[in-house]
Amino acid sequence: MRIEVNGEAREVAATTVAGALAELGWAEARVATALNGDFLPATARSDTPLKVGDRLEVLAPMQGG
Amino acid sequence: MADFYGVTLESRLMLGTAQYPSPRVLEEAFRASRASVATVSLRREAGQGQGFWDIIRGLGVRVLPNTAGCHSAREAITTARMARELFDTPWIKLEVIGHADTLQPDPFGLVEAAGVLAAEGFEVFPYTTEDQVLAARLLDAGCRVLMPWGAPIGSGLGLNNPYGLRTLRAAFPEVPMVIDAGIGLPSHAAQALEMGFDAVLLNTAVAQAGDPVAMARAFALAVEAGALARAADPMEPRDMAAPSTPVLGRAFL
Repeated sequence: MRIEVNGEAREVAATTVAGALAELGWAEARVATALNGDFLPATARSDTPLKVGDRLEVLAPMQGG
Repeated sequence: MADFYGVTLESRLMLGTAQYPSPRVLEEAFRASRASVATVSLRREAGQGQGFWDIIRGLGVRVLPNTAGCHSAREAITTARMARELFDTPWIKLEVIGHADTLQPDPFGLVEAAGVLAAEGFEVFPYTTEDQVLAARLLDAGCRVLMPWGAPIGSGLGLNNPYGLRTLRAAFPEVPMVIDAGIGLPSHAAQALEMGFDAVLLNTAVAQAGDPVAMARAFALAVEAGALARAADPMEPRDMAAPSTPVLGRAFL
């Protein structure tokens, strides 16, 4: 299905957030996620279904002041 | 030494991790600064995040994630929740930006977000102005540390409103306070500590210096000097001259 990942349209076969992260190569990555603007804890990723048009944000540690 | 949510820091310098010429300079500057806290952020993963995290862990300092770039309480709250999980810390440098040019805090969004996050167990370091009423509201909302600005972020203008900062310091003598933003020179940092602030947080002044490692060391010395001076109880300034050399015994010539 087509979802939006970090602002870009992506086609994923997975039906959960955890599945999509694995598919996109972030299975082991240190990332935090938000789904449709709300924080999605790591523990909830495998139980959270994806639907067409969902907006997934995948954030990583970055430089900051 | 001030207590930041139960943590006593070894150094009064908190240092940002952005804008260094290279990761190696970042590491060297950090060590030269002897900073006890590193500020970090969260951004969309584009391949560099994992390597950066390894560098930060290697510094061996406490991590203070920020909500930089958030312009609403809602964005800041969501970012803080993500930061807590990502960096495994309840500490959050709460920024709710109110104006794109000055990057000054949105006081209303800041208080709203601080209240929500404090209730969720976050230990909030709010980036605020020197406004005393706002400070009181932030404390009411559950903040136990305040981070008043010296001047707008990245401006390097130093302590723009010493009067306001002095009165803020005096109004809440027990609250740990960090001067955050606007510090451009080691003398600004020393001035903040001489005024009784507990620490300073800076980034650009070191990262964008011609020699970031040397500047980091200069800041390390400045915060040490400022804290020593504060503890030594500085003299009161006065308008009139007062001779320091004894008048008694002066020759009649």
